[in-house]
Amino acid sequence: MRRPPVAVVVLAALAIAFFAVPLVGLLQRAPWSELAGDLTDPVVRDALRLSLVCSVGATALAFVLGLPLAWVLARAQVPGRRFVRALVLLPMVLPPVVGGVALLLAFGRRGLVGQHLDQWFDVRLPFTTWGAILAEAFVAMPFFVIVVEAGLRSLDRRYEEAASALGAGRFTTFRRVVLPLIAPSLVAGAALTWARALGEFGATILFAGNLQGKTQTMPLAIYVELQTNLGGAIALSLVLLAVSIVVLVSLRDRWFPA
Amino acid sequence: MTLEARVRVDLGTLAIDAAIDTDAGQTVVLLGPNGAGKTTVLRVLAGLRALDAGRVAVDGRVLDDPVAGLFTPTEQRPIGFVFQDYALFPHLSALENVAFGLRARGVGKGDARRRAAAWLDRVGVAASAGARPGSLSGGQAQRVALARALVLDPRVLLLDEPLAALDAGARIDTRRELRRHLAEHQGVRVVVTHDPVDAMTLGDRVVVLEAGHVVQAGPLDELRERPRSRYVADLVGVNLYRGRADGSRIRLPGQGDLVAAGHATGDVFAVVHPRAVALHRRQPEGTPRNVLAGSVEHLDVEGDRVRVIVGGAVPVTAEVTPAAVAELQLTAGAPVWASVKATEISVYPA
Repeated sequence: MRRPPVAVVVLAALAIAFFAVPLVGLLQRAPWSELAGDLTDPVVRDALRLSLVCSVGATALAFVLGLPLAWVLARAQVPGRRFVRALVLLPMVLPPVVGGVALLLAFGRRGLVGQHLDQWFDVRLPFTTWGAILAEAFVAMPFFVIVVEAGLRSLDRRYEEAASALGAGRFTTFRRVVLPLIAPSLVAGAALTWARALGEFGATILFAGNLQGKTQTMPLAIYVELQTNLGGAIALSLVLLAVSIVVLVSLRDRWFPA
Repeated sequence: MTLEARVRVDLGTLAIDAAIDTDAGQTVVLLGPNGAGKTTVLRVLAGLRALDAGRVAVDGRVLDDPVAGLFTPTEQRPIGFVFQDYALFPHLSALENVAFGLRARGVGKGDARRRAAAWLDRVGVAASAGARPGSLSGGQAQRVALARALVLDPRVLLLDEPLAALDAGARIDTRRELRRHLAEHQGVRVVVTHDPVDAMTLGDRVVVLEAGHVVQAGPLDELRERPRSRYVADLVGVNLYRGRADGSRIRLPGQGDLVAAGHATGDVFAVVHPRAVALHRRQPEGTPRNVLAGSVEHLDVEGDRVRVIVGGAVPVTAEVTPAAVAELQLTAGAPVWASVKATEISVYPA
C-alpha cells in the first residue's frame, strides 16, 4: 500500500487530537479522590435521580407510542407515509431549543393544546417533571421509531404467515414471533433513545425550566454547577461520559461495525 | 372431507384461473413450471392471499367468496402449511416450533410439549428437539416443519415445494418419508412442485398448471399416456404432436404428417414413445409407415440409454442404446432417418 501524503496524515492527526484532547482535559481535571463526595452533593444527587427518572420515562414513552408508530410506518398502507416519516425524523435535525419553543407554544399554559389541558383537566406540563420527560421524548423518540421500523422491515413476513397458519391471531403472532425476532432492534433503539434523552438540554430547559429536584437533569445541573461548583460539574460529566461509552460499546457490533 | 376451490387471481403479469377439487385420502400435486402461479393458488387456499373471484370451500363450508363477502382469515382455517424453506421460527427450539400451533390453539404447555415431542419422534428428529432451526440440517428442518403442520391434524395439508430446498442426497430419503406421512394423514393433501419426480412419487392425482391455467388434471397414468401439452409431454418424456386427423393420416401444422393405425377425425393429439422410434443412416424401406428425414441435434445420455433428439420437418426424439449410437456413428449434425410403425402411435382427441 502506498503511504498517504504527509499533509493528509498531519490533518488527520489534528482531527484525532481535536476529539481526544477535550476528553483528556476532563479526565485530567477529575477530582478522583473527592468524586464520592461530589456525587453525594444534594444538587448532584437530585440531578442524577431526575435524569434517571426522565430518561427512563422518555424511553418508556418511546416504547408505548413509538412501537405502534414504527409498526404503522413499516406495515400499514397509510396515505402520506413519507410525510409522516419526515415529521418523525425532524426532531433529529431540529435544534432542540427550537423544539423547546415549539413544545411551549403547543403544551404551555396558553398553548394550542396546553390551554385545554389546563382548563379541562387541570394539567400543566411546563416546569414539571412530566414536562421534562415530554421534552426528552420529543427529541429522543425518533431514534427508537427509525431503528424499530428498520427492524420490522427486515423481518421476513413468512414467520408471521407461518404463525397465522398455525392458528395464532395477530396479537399472539406479534407477541410470540414478531417481538422476539425484532428484540435486537428494540434494545438498540431503546439504548439510543435513552442515551439521547439523558443528554437532552435545549428542549428541556426551555419547556421544563431548570428547577432543582423537579426538572434539573444532569446536563442542566452541569451548566449551573460549572459556575459555582466545578467539582460537581466534572463529576456529572464523568457519569455521562461513562454512560455514553457503555452504550457505544454495547451497540458497537450493530451500529458501528469495525 | 373435501376441498373445492375455484381460484381466480389477477397478479398483473399473470391471470390465474384454476379449479381444484379433491377428497380426503388422496394427494393432489399441483405441477407446473416456475411462474405458473402454483404457489399463489396454495396461498389462496391458506388464506394468505384473498381471491379476486371464485370460491374456496372445505367440507362445504365456504372460506373465501368475494361475491358473498366471505373471508376466513388464515388462523381460523383448518389448514396446515409447510413453507418452501420451512419458515421455522429461528428463536424457538424444534420442540417449541412444533408446540407453537397447539399453544396458539389453547392447549396447555405440558400437554403441547408432550404432543410435540411425540411428533418429533414420529418424523425421526426426536434427538434434535432442543436444537434451534439454525443448527438443523435441511432434511431435519423439513421434518420439523412437517411435524409442526401435522401435529394440529389439519383437515387440509398444504405443502409448497417441500423438497426443493434439499440437496440430492437428503432428497431421496426425505421424499420417501414424506410419501409415508402423507399417506398416513387423514385429510386433504395438496402439494405444489415443479419437479416431475416429486409429482410421480407423492401424487395420486396431478393438476398441471401452466401460465395460471389448468392444462390437464388426472391420475398419473393418464398424464403419461395422454399428455395434453408440450410441458407434460416433456415431463413424461414422450413425443407429442398435435394435428388434424383424416382417417389414419394426421396432418401436422407446417409440413409433414403421420400415419397411425385406426381412424380418427378432427383435432387430435398423437403420442410416440421414444422407445418406439428406430434410427437409420440410410433411408429405410420396410413396414414402418412413418419415415422422417432429419439430422441429429443433440444426444442426452441417461443411464444405459441415449436420447437422440432429431430435428427436421417433424422433430422426434428416439431412445436407443449407447452401442447403437456408436455403431451408427450418431453425432450432432449427422443426417438420419427415423422410422415409427403406425401401430406405435396413439391418437386421442384434442
